[in-house]
Amino acid sequence: MNRRARLVLFAVVAPVFAVLFFLAVRGLPSFGSEFHPYADRAVAVATGQRATANVVSSVNFDQRAVDTLGEEFILFGSVVGTIVLLRPAPEERDAGLRPAGGVLPTTRLAGYLLLPVSVLVGLYVIAHGQLSPGGGFQGGVVLATGWHLLYVAGRYTALRRAAPPTVLEIAESIGAAAYTAIGLAGLVMGGAFLTNFLPTGSFNDLLSGGTVPLLNGAVGVAVAAAIVLLLSGFLEQAVVLRRTEEPLAGSSIGTEEPLAGSSIGTEEPLAGSSTTVDDAEQR
Amino acid sequence: MMLLIALALGLVAVTGTMVALTQQPARQAVTLSVFGLTLAILFMTVQAPDVALSQLAIGTAVVPLMIMLTIQKVGGSR
Repeated sequence: MNRRARLVLFAVVAPVFAVLFFLAVRGLPSFGSEFHPYADRAVAVATGQRATANVVSSVNFDQRAVDTLGEEFILFGSVVGTIVLLRPAPEERDAGLRPAGGVLPTTRLAGYLLLPVSVLVGLYVIAHGQLSPGGGFQGGVVLATGWHLLYVAGRYTALRRAAPPTVLEIAESIGAAAYTAIGLAGLVMGGAFLTNFLPTGSFNDLLSGGTVPLLNGAVGVAVAAAIVLLLSGFLEQAVVLRRTEEPLAGSSIGTEEPLAGSSIGTEEPLAGSSTTVDDAEQR
Repeated sequence: MMLLIALALGLVAVTGTMVALTQQPARQAVTLSVFGLTLAILFMTVQAPDVALSQLAIGTAVVPLMIMLTIQKVGGSR
């Protein structure tokens, strides 16, 4: 589609969208109003009967825990799909670590100093999901991104050795399975899948909210492992694997015909690639 | 409070436009990260700290990093 066609399409679609969007927004309760029938009930249940100080966690992991199960498996499925897509192609091979262009000593120091801090923050956020903003998902992501400060500090091999993909895959699966297992335990103990069957404890205690902290822990393990696994797939592609001129001997898939996409990469340059090569070399 | 929300919304509009107007993908990853940060501020002002925390970690760190690594891979294969 050329530029002109795109502009015409935009000119046609934009007014239609604007009108429909305006009509839809007019139907919403006005911003900042006092009328919140769902929130009134959810907050009352969370702070009263279930003793979960963080109402958002109570909704996510107790009142609407099945939705979160679905989200957990969306993440699980998309990470598995990405890992499959990022596996080494037949004509790619481990070309050794690309020489890092020298990490500034200050960057290295910042990485080392912030690594324990961010790991601690991640664990704290997971453990306090039932009390304060955060929980398994947020804490897991903080843990996973903090972990990559090792890469920022120029220690890719250490990062790789400390968390091999097999261990991460097992951890992700255990996290996802634990969520389901807690749900099944609720079915056995409380008569409904993912029902909050544990004693809820007293309001604002670290061990309150019944199954909420347990589910947060399961999600924390699954999410942290999933994000590290996801980034390790990208890192391996960017830092270690390189396309060789000829397919390796013995890889029957590669010798017959080139994969779709591989010819694009070698023959015609992508738009804007000239600048990105410079950027890559500078780093 | 209303003023803070309006301010944060304005920031999101400005940085979002910046992302759309950035031409080179490698620089776009950086502006996208700034855009993610302003979104996190907006979520804070509308009292959604849980979402802000997710947005901060995913939108300002993980996604730009994935884009940078992809650009390095695509640019470095030739």
